[in-house]
Amino acid sequence: MRRGFVPFSKIVVALFLLILSQGTAVAEQPLASEVAAGASSPIEQALLDITSEDAAVRSTAAALLIAQGDASLLPKLDAIRAEADRATRQALKPVIDLLKNHANLTNAQSDTRRSAAADLVGTGRSEAIVWLEEAATKEPVWWVKYTMEESAQLLRLRAEDHAVRVVAVKKLGELRSQNGLSALKELLEVGTQSGSTDEQRALADAAHASIGQIDAWFWWADAIETFFRGLSLSSILLMMSLGLAIVFGLMGVINMAHGELMMVGAYATFVTQQAFISWLSPEVFDWYFPVALPVAFCSAAAFGWVLEATVIRFLYGRLLETLLATWGVSLILMQAARVYFGDLTAVIAPQALRGGAQVMVGVYLPYNRIFIILLSIVCVLGIYFLLFRSNLGIRVRSVTQNRNMSACLGIPTRKVDSYTFAFASGLAGIAGWALTMVGNVDPGLGQNYIVDAFMVVVTGGVGKLAGTIWASLGIGGLNKLIEPVSGAVYGKVFILVGVILFLQWRPQGLFAAKGRNADA
Amino acid sequence: MPEQTVARPDSRETVSLSLVGLVLLVLLPLLNVLPADDSWLHLSDFRLNQFGKFLAFGILALGLDLIWGYCGVLSMGQGVFFGLGAYCMGMYLALQIGAESVYGSELPDFMVWTQVKELPLFWYPFKSFVGGFLGAILVPVLFATLFGFLAFRSRIKGVYFAIITQALAFAAWLVFNRNETRLGGTNGLTDFKQLLGFRLSDPSTQRGLYIITVLALVAAYLFCRWIVASRAGNVLIAIRDSESRVTFSGYTPWKYKLFVFVVSAGLAGLAGMLYVPQVGIITPAQIGVLPSLEVVIWVAVGGRGTLIGAVLGAVAVNYGRSVLTNYFPEAWPFILGGLFVVVVTMFPDGLLGMIRKATARKETPAPAIKAEGGTVA
Repeated sequence: MRRGFVPFSKIVVALFLLILSQGTAVAEQPLASEVAAGASSPIEQALLDITSEDAAVRSTAAALLIAQGDASLLPKLDAIRAEADRATRQALKPVIDLLKNHANLTNAQSDTRRSAAADLVGTGRSEAIVWLEEAATKEPVWWVKYTMEESAQLLRLRAEDHAVRVVAVKKLGELRSQNGLSALKELLEVGTQSGSTDEQRALADAAHASIGQIDAWFWWADAIETFFRGLSLSSILLMMSLGLAIVFGLMGVINMAHGELMMVGAYATFVTQQAFISWLSPEVFDWYFPVALPVAFCSAAAFGWVLEATVIRFLYGRLLETLLATWGVSLILMQAARVYFGDLTAVIAPQALRGGAQVMVGVYLPYNRIFIILLSIVCVLGIYFLLFRSNLGIRVRSVTQNRNMSACLGIPTRKVDSYTFAFASGLAGIAGWALTMVGNVDPGLGQNYIVDAFMVVVTGGVGKLAGTIWASLGIGGLNKLIEPVSGAVYGKVFILVGVILFLQWRPQGLFAAKGRNADA
Repeated sequence: MPEQTVARPDSRETVSLSLVGLVLLVLLPLLNVLPADDSWLHLSDFRLNQFGKFLAFGILALGLDLIWGYCGVLSMGQGVFFGLGAYCMGMYLALQIGAESVYGSELPDFMVWTQVKELPLFWYPFKSFVGGFLGAILVPVLFATLFGFLAFRSRIKGVYFAIITQALAFAAWLVFNRNETRLGGTNGLTDFKQLLGFRLSDPSTQRGLYIITVLALVAAYLFCRWIVASRAGNVLIAIRDSESRVTFSGYTPWKYKLFVFVVSAGLAGLAGMLYVPQVGIITPAQIGVLPSLEVVIWVAVGGRGTLIGAVLGAVAVNYGRSVLTNYFPEAWPFILGGLFVVVVTMFPDGLLGMIRKATARKETPAPAIKAEGGTVA
């Protein structure tokens, strides 16, 4: 695509320079060669006519140029426009827009093709219908093809012929065109007014049917998008609460600084990005993101390890105290980030995670969200293998079940604690790494999710992987389900009430540990 | 679980406490009124007012100490009850502004610029002082009863309870920030003019409020002491140390917990009620997660399980804050966070524990509050 683009711009520049160097001579009397070649061709004539002072001559010339539809004229037109007076520029604008968009219909970039197709509707020229339909037959990307067909039908809707319009209305319904909705509603309104003609009424009937089709479709599309958003929030919560739940299950420690460990991961990503910007060439910039993954994991794990060794170690068995001490640590970390990094920093997403996929009409899934969902699945699988298929895992599980017995059997419980805590912190770092894709990096990053994450741990039950997964799916999904109805704030309140009521029914969470522990 | 002594002030402490009470109640207001403004003995209006605020916080801390220090239930949502009390009194004060408001409307200012034409129904009880006064106590009490009933009956305890109350504080903060709750949104309620006809800007009114606060604090302290010394107080301490043993002995721990939770909520509401006219503003910022946790740090710093320690901690931490934020505004979160860590890991008995240790006679070893780990598995 780039190779095609460079000569094109060169031509424009060259023409520009040529005309500039010729000065006014061009405008007053055309060069001999141009006259010789051009006077005979109607296109050349139109190119001359478009600068005419007579408005009628200008519009005929414009119409001719549009009908001809040749993009190769664009450089010449641009050159003329650069020189021309206001009236000419106005006459030229639709011509240039149309021709440009026409040319863009076959651009190598699918996004450009799609926006060209969408732009052509705005011009309202019937000539574009043929172009669009022709381009649609060759279009490989379904979403672009869809836009082309939709645009063609939207243009048809403005046709004079009644039959054509009725067909267009029906086609728009079949296409589930959301862009056509306002035009269709207009038709419906016109047709249902008293004193409307038979044709208008027929159009209104067709529009009514089409609107019904479109609305039904978009109800489903909305439902799917809500589900997706819920899933995305759930995965964020899941990634946060997995670490919390493991630590809570193993050591009985409520780590209030977990959100800040996530923040550490996010800032580690940010710092990696800055390092790439200042020391490496822009071509490898996108690689900062994969490089930041181990950086985020390791820095958060290191913080966690230090936290365990300096504070938590002294507070084993004193649950409420660890909660308070880690809260103090979280305050310190937050303020440190605020002082050092300032309040707002953002990470630039790598190319591959920008944009999104149009999976069906009306359903657009951003890549960064998909990425987070996939990442959380990978994390769950990783933890599953670590806990249930590795040596460390079997130790972690045995210490979780019975610390004293495990110690008697020779398991170094202190080491297990220390490693597990560092690992869980690293997990928070990964969550922070992923979160940089969906929001700013700011000191309050952890606080936004920590309360929900704790709700997940409480609801899911202690130290149960399945409980954490189900609870985060439930709470994340419910959040997004309630949000459109009642707003984000009352959504949170409802969730809290829901969790409290849920705990009435199951005080130990979804998956309670079975046993005879009276105090559990 | 080690045997734990219950911290009850002995006779010597009672004497010194009465002295402190007299100083607070009589000497400080006198120092404010009598000496000339430039005398070194003079206590400025600002300082007295500030002290009144700290003592109101002391009542809030007493409530938390009762439930956390004596019953082992950590409530991280005390700010909510404080806020409810404060808002009830604030609503009364806001309605007292009347025609003095910026827009000259009978409605509070924020309603004028959020296009509220009529006073919302739930504001009506707060047109009278009795409504504001009773509301400030009863609303937190009723809310705590409902919440505590649901939480304790289903045996939510330990960290679970702490987390649930934290979520409560978070949710309350979100709700109070909204404009459609008709409570002033982010800006809260402010710009109060008068209370029962007394001008709030008048130093003598503030002095009166200060004295009322001291009296309320003394009353709250005596009330808490009475609870702690009673049979119920013994059960509370027993619940803290070993809940299952209490259950096996035939008691119903959750009822005691609910009782003490409701009492602490009422005290928080009282504190909020006294806070508002002295500070002149109440915003959602006083309700959220952090303000609720700051109460915990006051009690921890002062010494939990000792009622005096709670008040001492509230005053000390807040005084330290007002001094330090003056000089190093950015350092306060570091200090607060550091306090959390240091006090919890190294000085579980707090300031009062250290004082008692230093002054203890040999035959009465210093009371030690070590762990309430017995309440959680």
